[in-house]
Amino acid sequence: MSLVNFTSREITCKIVYYGPGRSGKTTNLHYVYGRVPETRRGRMVSLATQTDRTLFFDFLPIDLGQISGFSTRFQLYTVPGQVYYNATRRLVLQGADGVVFVGDSQARQLDENLESLQNLQSNLLEHGVDVRTMPFVMQYNKQDLPPELILTPPELDDALNFRAVPSFAADALHGTGVFETLKGISELVLKRLATGSPA
Amino acid sequence: MTSTLNPRFTFDTFVVGAANRLAVTAGRTVAENPGSAYNPLFIYSGSGLGKTHVLMAIGHAAKALAPQLNIEYLTLDEYVEAFHAAIAAGQGDAFRRRFQNVDALLVDDVQFLTNRKEMQAELLRLTEALQQAGHQIVLASDRPPAEIADLDERLISRFSGGLVVDIGIPDYETRVAILRRKSEERGSTFQPGVLETVAKLEFPNVRELMGALNRIVAYQAVNDTPINAEAARQLLGTTTVASPTVVSPSVSSSTAPDEFSQFLTDVTVTVGKAVEAWRARVAEAMLRWEGEGYRTGRLEKLLDQETPAAVDEAIAAYVLDVDRLKALEAEVAALDPQAAGEKVFHDPDRMEEAESAAAKVRDGAAPPPGPSAAFPFDSYIAGPSNEVVLSAARDVIAKPGKKYNPLVIVGKSGLGKTHLLNAIGLELAKKKGAIVACLSTQAFVDELIAAIDGNRVDWWRARYRRATALLLDDIQLLAGKERTQEELFNLFNQFLDADRQLIFTAPAHPNTLEGLEERIISRLEGGLVAEVSEPDKELRRNALERSLKSQHVPMDVALLDYLADRPTDSVRSLTGIVQRVVEAAAAQDAPVNAGLARDVLEGSPSARRTTGLRTSGIVVSSAGGVRSREKMVWDWPASSDRVIEELR
Repeated sequence: MSLVNFTSREITCKIVYYGPGRSGKTTNLHYVYGRVPETRRGRMVSLATQTDRTLFFDFLPIDLGQISGFSTRFQLYTVPGQVYYNATRRLVLQGADGVVFVGDSQARQLDENLESLQNLQSNLLEHGVDVRTMPFVMQYNKQDLPPELILTPPELDDALNFRAVPSFAADALHGTGVFETLKGISELVLKRLATGSPA
Repeated sequence: MTSTLNPRFTFDTFVVGAANRLAVTAGRTVAENPGSAYNPLFIYSGSGLGKTHVLMAIGHAAKALAPQLNIEYLTLDEYVEAFHAAIAAGQGDAFRRRFQNVDALLVDDVQFLTNRKEMQAELLRLTEALQQAGHQIVLASDRPPAEIADLDERLISRFSGGLVVDIGIPDYETRVAILRRKSEERGSTFQPGVLETVAKLEFPNVRELMGALNRIVAYQAVNDTPINAEAARQLLGTTTVASPTVVSPSVSSSTAPDEFSQFLTDVTVTVGKAVEAWRARVAEAMLRWEGEGYRTGRLEKLLDQETPAAVDEAIAAYVLDVDRLKALEAEVAALDPQAAGEKVFHDPDRMEEAESAAAKVRDGAAPPPGPSAAFPFDSYIAGPSNEVVLSAARDVIAKPGKKYNPLVIVGKSGLGKTHLLNAIGLELAKKKGAIVACLSTQAFVDELIAAIDGNRVDWWRARYRRATALLLDDIQLLAGKERTQEELFNLFNQFLDADRQLIFTAPAHPNTLEGLEERIISRLEGGLVAEVSEPDKELRRNALERSLKSQHVPMDVALLDYLADRPTDSVRSLTGIVQRVVEAAAAQDAPVNAGLARDVLEGSPSARRTTGLRTSGIVVSSAGGVRSREKMVWDWPASSDRVIEELR
């Protein structure tokens, strides 16, 4: 995987939105898609079932244009959340530069969140990637739901974020926290350039 | 790279009011007497109040008064850019020279000096240079010097040292005057009261006032009817009221571009930091070392790379090399200050050359020839005839450089001058940290010739300058050697100034020596000239006793008396006599006694022989004298005619 190509002066970041089913990964991408000027975005590829469940994966390329002389592109992917699509998830994870874990803030979904996190870790390991070295942020989605149904971000931090990565409260449907999350992961990914690890 | 002066920005087009009168007056004064009135002139004001206008007006006015003046106007950013470009092109010096030759330098927007340490240093240097040369500097900023964040104290004091003036917001009258002037320039006429109405609207600066004027000019141009005061107020008033609604659109549609562009900005910043960080690091290192006078060719090459392959390592290696160069330079500076200035010590790309240059200097730093160990002080035979010189020698040993400086030992050949010289040298060398240079004048001259030949005069000098005592045997050999006398003269002065001991030997009083420059002679005479006279009987007896003992001749009082009574003029001839007697005894297989000695010494004298150069005859090796002594054969045909032969 070549994150920064100094010869062709290109930066390509592959960011994968990971998380349990129905946590709002595709919603994140849709919101971003809606906010990026047409000239900047590619076609959003989304394969969904009739009930709008992601069947394969969503793909949204964004062209950020020339930054410091580098043509910079972000590729946003989502994985299908359902447990039985693990092969696809692993495929999508391949070559990821950063992972956003979109967690479902609903209290009753906590186990699904944990399961998905474990699944992420094992899938990364299959690619020989240690989750600790991977740029990684958490998003606690659906914070707009009634308070009695959801856990607060501090509670979710306690429950899920045991690596203390940056976490963002979000309401992807209305866009709250979506760009903050994207910005958070982008910074982590791009900061790896400074340390010059993969080149 | 320098902006040209905008022809519209002259003093004539500048509307002077109470708020800017001081700045304009100062500017005019400066333009009339560049470099002498207020230097530097520092103008500050908020944005759009006419800093740039005044700055350029000064340039125009100065140019109009003295067309030959070299005037440069540029913004700080342009200056920085030019500087970086010059550095990148390896033209840092040319860049500095170029700006130092400017008669009036007008720098705009100096507030951007914040956080630019290297540019501050550069500007400080330039300001100093320009001020010293009596060239004018005018600076403009949006705040006073003391309020520019992170500005070097020295720059603040320098900027404030001339005249600091500010331009305030123009008052109502000035605003009206400005509007009138500008509308005239545009060829527009307005109904009475229109401009006054515009002037009443309080714009924070003149630039926005001009914007308002432009708007009513444009409005009037497209409408057939001339604009009146009410319409003008509405035109300008509505836009100011309407603008927020335009700028702040409905929430759903407005957040969209905002969010993305905000994101884009953030990413840009991050990428800028991340991707080009290594270039920044290289550039930073280049600026730093360039500033310290080191060549940065190697770092420049790094920038040509596409990928930042091991940049930090390369910089670290460079810094290591620079440190090594510094160490070498320091080492060399201690040995030979002149050699330390060599360029090679500032070029990390030529490490090997630097090392070898340092090694060369280090070779030169080998101590100068020292006294010969063959002449210990104890073995010097004392007697009434050399009492004076011996006590002087003891004083010199006790207080080198303090009591008798220089000490000149004069006496005929063979009286032990060389012995005494080396003996003193040995004693002096025993002192802590002492470096005693003790050699024959001939060797001194030869060394200098070799140094001139090898283009190493500097280290040769440095070598002697480090000595704590200089002892030269047979100073008369300097005769006619002008260059050596010159060098010795300089050394002489340095030694005297530093209270370091100088000792010379000469066959006669310095003022009777021929071929020596007066300045040398007078300096030799300035110390103590101590004479070694012909050995008295007691001394002769002592010397003979020692000599005979060294030849393992049994003590024979008759022989001793006989030999001691013989007239001799030097101790050395006594040694020769003993040698001859002992050899004769060995040849005849007879014991050494007075009778044999009489036969040998009063028999037929052998043929006379002469040598060319008359020196004390002993060539002293600094390595160790014992061997050289064994190599010597003394042949004394008669006491009155000493011939010294050195066989090797």
